Amino acid sequence: MTDNSDHREWDMEITASSSLLDLKLRDVWQYRDLLYLLVRRDVVSFYKQTVLGPVWFFAQPIITIIFYSFIGNLAGISTGGVPRPLFYLAGTIIWNYFADCLTKTSTVFKDNSGLLGKVYFPRLIMPLSLIASNLIRFTVQLILFVILLVFYSFKSGHITLNIYALMFPILVLIIAAQGLGIGMLISSVTTKYRDLAFVVSFGVPLLVYTTTILFPLSEVYTKYPAYSWVVEYNPVTAIIEFFRYGFLGEGTNDWWLLAYSVAFTLVVAFAGIIVFNRVERNFVDTV
Amino acid sequence: MSKVIKVENLSKAYQLGNFGTGTISRDLERFWARLRGKEDPFLKIGETNDRTTKGESDIVWSLKDINFDIEQGDTVGIIGRNGAGKSTLLKVLSRVTSPTSGSVKLKGRVASLLEVGTGFHPELTGRENVYLNGAILGMRRAEIKRKFDEIVDFSGVERYIDTPVKRYSSGMYVRLAFAVAAHLESEILIVDEVLAVGDSEFQAKCLGKMGDVSVGEGRTVLFVSHNMGSIRQLCKNAILLNNGQLLTHASVDETLSLYLKSNIANGSLKDYKHQGPLANMITFEECAVNKIVNKEAVFAPSEELSVSIKYRCTTVVPKFRLSLNFYKDSLLLFTLHNKSWPAELKASEYQDEFTIPAYLLRPGNYTLGLGGHDGDPISDGREWIFINEAYSFAITNEWNELNDFSGKGLINIHPR
Repeated sequence: MTDNSDHREWDMEITASSSLLDLKLRDVWQYRDLLYLLVRRDVVSFYKQTVLGPVWFFAQPIITIIFYSFIGNLAGISTGGVPRPLFYLAGTIIWNYFADCLTKTSTVFKDNSGLLGKVYFPRLIMPLSLIASNLIRFTVQLILFVILLVFYSFKSGHITLNIYALMFPILVLIIAAQGLGIGMLISSVTTKYRDLAFVVSFGVPLLVYTTTILFPLSEVYTKYPAYSWVVEYNPVTAIIEFFRYGFLGEGTNDWWLLAYSVAFTLVVAFAGIIVFNRVERNFVDTV
Repeated sequence: MSKVIKVENLSKAYQLGNFGTGTISRDLERFWARLRGKEDPFLKIGETNDRTTKGESDIVWSLKDINFDIEQGDTVGIIGRNGAGKSTLLKVLSRVTSPTSGSVKLKGRVASLLEVGTGFHPELTGRENVYLNGAILGMRRAEIKRKFDEIVDFSGVERYIDTPVKRYSSGMYVRLAFAVAAHLESEILIVDEVLAVGDSEFQAKCLGKMGDVSVGEGRTVLFVSHNMGSIRQLCKNAILLNNGQLLTHASVDETLSLYLKSNIANGSLKDYKHQGPLANMITFEECAVNKIVNKEAVFAPSEELSVSIKYRCTTVVPKFRLSLNFYKDSLLLFTLHNKSWPAELKASEYQDEFTIPAYLLRPGNYTLGLGGHDGDPISDGREWIFINEAYSFAITNEWNELNDFSGKGLINIHPR
């Protein structure tokens, strides 16, 4: 028996259901300091009790491109005239960012069930903090890429940077939204049914071979035109291609491919948010 | 006074058992029912939550149609047996999980403390964790900065503040964690049994701080505890839950006495382990203090305590006398006997009473050991029987000229 005046008095109402698209963005904004501190925690705890500290952020991509260069040489895969380390690094850092966002987000409920089960804060903070702390790793790796790019530019006396490089921030945004969206979808399902977690753990490393990290898209078109759709359907392909095109002058600036990737991102991010929103209210009971 | 919490028809159902293929098909059925705008078919068959009986369905109502209002500045204790729904209620109120039906309306900022040190990262230093934990509990960074010195001061771990918390002792960890929580600025504070950890000195400090909070700042506090002593000390009113339903919402004394009387079954000593050669001849049946048999009883220092013991002897025991041990924190305080010399015990039922004067026992938790043997004051007994922790109770803090806090020691005696 509450009249309207009484209704306005309450600051908050907890009920069984809420609207699907209510993202509680105002809450998220209020907790922005938590977002900052969680990112700080992730970054700081990564290199605590190590001697070399943040240098370890470089180790993984360097070792990866050394191996890729070796294998690429051995198999004689073309890189479209780009120096191998530069070519592989471009693909690797983009892919790593995508894969890290996806895998970390896909286990967000499970990994933090202790925390999320004991205290309320907007749940969206948690995946957002993962995206942000991975962005810091990504930036560190990007510095490595820039150093390598400058080095090879001096060596060859040829500057490959062009106007397409300006698209870089948009590309990062798309890749982050992809990782976040897919990750949120998976994390929501795995609160109750853990099956998808297994698919992620072996599937993501395999997907490396379905995008243009180890080979240029042009190579796929010439050698395996019948199977090129596999690579094209991977939404990361367009991002890597445009990134390489802007910085290295090699790649495919196929706008249709990018449009597909953007459309895919929108659908996935939208679905991810809806499902996440639905699950976040009660996942504590089932996780 | 205005209402700050209004709970209406609140219910929460849980699903028991494992999740597997069976639950998938059921989830689909529920989804289909929802699509057609029908009621969830699986919630209709739910039953009340009594963990001791085996139910028919695997849906259980952890909370069922709970209604209550709480006024601003009130301190409310939530009591009930294990599994009565206390923690679920707190979880719903603090928005960790959402109700199955019904609603909760809240006024003002809610801070909940279902666990201390939530989100502490072992690799980070005390300082970093204070910031992180504060932010998790809903504080802004500027706010934590302002209160930082106060928090460290309250915790008493200043020397270690720049050391990773993984090197802390568990006590230091809890102190720091509670210090953060105690400095939350919220209109409503929800506290689960977080004080079970930590030494008694620090517990008293925390209770004091929570008391300050509600009296001094007009804050509303909801408090779950199994320690009836702290409930009585801290709360004005109390809510009694049983099997997910609300039984009473009244003053703390009224609710506590109802609760203590309601669980008669808990008072039976028949299931207790009787040790010693006489165990098959004598059985202790009941131990009650001031007629309360529940083992979570709480008494004020001003109450005279009358301990009554019922026991049964099945055959003739040539020599026997009953003894009653009082322990405080596992330390034997004193022993009382029912007679000065052992005497023959015929097969029959017996009841003995012991009276402890008011103000003799200082505030704290006590346990009683119950036994007897054939030894007299000058010789050791050979035939004996004993049961541990036959009863436990708490004496509350209550200042009185006869119970001066500055007097120290185990028991309280006044020269006449």
